[in-house]
Amino acid sequence: MSTTSDAEAAVEAAAQSETPQKEKMVLIAASGDLDKAWPVLILATTGAAYGMDVTVFFTFWGLGILKRPDAGITGDDYRQKLMSLFKKGSPDGLQLSTMNFGGLGSKFMKDLADDKKVASVQELLELAIGMGIKLWPCQMTMDLMGLDRSQMIDGLDEPAGAGSAISLMKEASISLFI
Amino acid sequence: MADKVVDARGLQCPMPVIKVAQGIGELISGQTLELIASDNGALSDIPAWSKDMGHSLKESFTTDGEHHFVIEKG
Repeated sequence: MSTTSDAEAAVEAAAQSETPQKEKMVLIAASGDLDKAWPVLILATTGAAYGMDVTVFFTFWGLGILKRPDAGITGDDYRQKLMSLFKKGSPDGLQLSTMNFGGLGSKFMKDLADDKKVASVQELLELAIGMGIKLWPCQMTMDLMGLDRSQMIDGLDEPAGAGSAISLMKEASISLFI
Repeated sequence: MADKVVDARGLQCPMPVIKVAQGIGELISGQTLELIASDNGALSDIPAWSKDMGHSLKESFTTDGEHHFVIEKG
């Protein structure tokens, strides 16, 4: 009988050693600029390729990365509506923080990336979702901007707050604010 | 001959690392994967990833601007 329980214990130990606690990586995406969203998603997907448990927390203009292209004008308040009109967002609608030239610079950059086969923000976002990366929208900034879940892309996790982000960052070996 | 070949030619950072991670996930310990990439960043990224992940880089060479890496899963 003891051999059976020994064998069982060995199997259990092996199962545990095969699923060690994954290292954690947390990225705070606070910018909706193309030149910030890109590195956020490149680092997130690469972290997942390193076997890490990756969470990206989207706040302020970073929420724009997650807006559906057809979200239109969002919010009830005239100030929210105006902001959403001037800051459209959406994975494929992001603009450069500099050299934008009314959108021409951003178009050049996206075309260049396409020519050179650099994965787009949209492709990286889909890849991130496929790799099991957790994408957390910030509840407070969603409320502030009048954004609701239906105006955001699919595949996101439940909205969360600063406390959840801190709890996670306390355990994470990599935490970056981008 | 590697057990699996991953072709990442034409793809830029971070895709060679993503593809190699996905490919190695399909192998068992001791099997080998050959990655072919044209991204020059792969020259430093693939050895760094392999070392960090506990896999061993058995061979790497460049011919005609294409970088080949043979990695044994750890």
